[in-house]
Amino acid sequence: MSILNIILQAVAEGKGWAVMGGGIGAGLAAIGAGIGIGKIGGSAMEGVARQPEAAGKIQTMMLIIAALIEAVALFGVVVGLLILLLY
Amino acid sequence: MELLLPSPGLLLWQIVVFLSLFLILKKYAWKGIIGALQEREGEIDSALRMAEETRAEMAKLKADNEKLIAEARIERDKIIKEAKEAADRMLVEAKDKASSESAKILNDSREALKQERAAMIAQVKSDVAVLSIEIAEKVLRKELSDKKSQQSLVSELMSDAKLN
Amino acid sequence: MFKHILLILSLSVLSIFTAYSQHDESHENHGAKTEEHVEEKFNMGEMIMHHITDEHGWEFTHSLKLPLPVILISEGKLAVFSSARFDENKGVYNGFKLDHHHIYKVNEAGEVDHHTKVWDLSITKNVASLLLSTVILLSIFFAVAKGYTTNKGKAPKGIQSFFEPVIVFIKDEVVKPNVGPKYQRYLPYLLTLFFFILVNNLMGLLPGAANLTGNITVTLVLAFLTFIIVHFSANKHYWLHLVAPTGVPPVMYPLFWIIEFIGVLMKPASLCIRLFANITGGHIIILSLLGLIFVFKSFVIGAGVGVFTLFMSGIEIMVAFIQAFIFTLLTSMYIGSAIEEHHEADHGH
Repeated sequence: MSILNIILQAVAEGKGWAVMGGGIGAGLAAIGAGIGIGKIGGSAMEGVARQPEAAGKIQTMMLIIAALIEAVALFGVVVGLLILLLY
Repeated sequence: MELLLPSPGLLLWQIVVFLSLFLILKKYAWKGIIGALQEREGEIDSALRMAEETRAEMAKLKADNEKLIAEARIERDKIIKEAKEAADRMLVEAKDKASSESAKILNDSREALKQERAAMIAQVKSDVAVLSIEIAEKVLRKELSDKKSQQSLVSELMSDAKLN
Repeated sequence: MFKHILLILSLSVLSIFTAYSQHDESHENHGAKTEEHVEEKFNMGEMIMHHITDEHGWEFTHSLKLPLPVILISEGKLAVFSSARFDENKGVYNGFKLDHHHIYKVNEAGEVDHHTKVWDLSITKNVASLLLSTVILLSIFFAVAKGYTTNKGKAPKGIQSFFEPVIVFIKDEVVKPNVGPKYQRYLPYLLTLFFFILVNNLMGLLPGAANLTGNITVTLVLAFLTFIIVHFSANKHYWLHLVAPTGVPPVMYPLFWIIEFIGVLMKPASLCIRLFANITGGHIIILSLLGLIFVFKSFVIGAGVGVFTLFMSGIEIMVAFIQAFIFTLLTSMYIGSAIEEHHEADHGH
């Protein structure tokens, strides 16, 4: 929280900058998550195409890993939201 | 900002309500549901196992039956074969017996024929003797006159009789 | 899974429209003479925040608000009254002031006293929704459990056959393979967790409903309970792995302690944030789409937005199931890794 406060104080002069920073940060997190989940999806598809009998297991694993990546992206979104809401 | 900060009132309510929900459901719902599910799983398991066992038993019974049938078939074949052999043997025996009988009959009849013939020949011989005696008598009666013709006649007759 | 991208999109759209509507305001000032009455200005950000945050009293639509009890403890005294009192008296009643969902103590002069701590244990919209979902869950699973006693030895019937596949799925596909052989002990908690999250996710999608699983307090409690269960049932291998990881020189231990400490805290934190952000994000997307109708006030936009909202609602229903599944799955995985029995052969150095 203190690091966030320092950052927020640094941008306290302009609300616009803070909002923009929040938006860009959340956007970057979303790009990262998009790439990550896209790669998982692609690999899962490949796996299912190679071994259709393992589709159920691959699907579960895919969901777990997607959820883990999503969590990181959501942290970014929450930090962006925090900045948006604070300013 | 309040979106991202926990509120103490809701925190307390959430802990109390969720934990009591968990405890009540655990005691009155999950216990029965999970127990029943596991019981059913066990039943299905044992039923499947029993079905497997029954199937194995059935297969064994079937194999046994087939074995029995095969054995019976072999036995039957054997009996038929034996019967056939016996019949053949009887036939052969009957044939042999018949042929030996017929041979015997033939022999006997041949023997009888021989004896008859011998008897006939003896008869003929005795008849010839009688006839020759009669002839001789006649000749003797006639040939009291002619000795020479008598003798030639006798020898002629005798040689004829010998040829007979 | 597109949710956060859409969230960012809608947030940016939202900020554009805020600017647009500000611009529009100046226009309206010029042409205001034709307006018969001054319409309430539509502020999309405020509308969305109002819908996804907690409140005292349950507002279904405008002018249809179910008052709920306000329970306050301040200076050792308990005060209980209906939330309707605040609405009637412009947010000040009985020495308390309701300001942006926070209740403060006010003195005689009507000034807010920030130093006196007020413990707000009110039955808010979220608490009411929590109690409602508890009643729903209890009635559903009592009925299901009753089905097992009345239909003993028979095929499942009615509500029982509806929930049985779900229970069996959670038991056999989620809990059993991830927790391990001792899964029986954790099964009741994990089933409660799954159905609690699922029912509240789905209830949150109903119009006018509270955003319970999209509230960080609720997800925090759920994640904290997971944390407690994991660390109270952890065996010595788990602690040993944390304190003295195998194959690491003892000099490096402090570094690993820091990493492991962060890792241990991050697991429940990510559980908490994931559920909160997914559900809140979904609500924000749907609300900003619907907000477009009020911004544009156009039939064409309304029809297009309606179709798109329908599509998003479908995705939200899917997300409601996926998030309940993921939360339960990850909790079982964390429990499984904490109680896993290591064989001696695994410890070969």
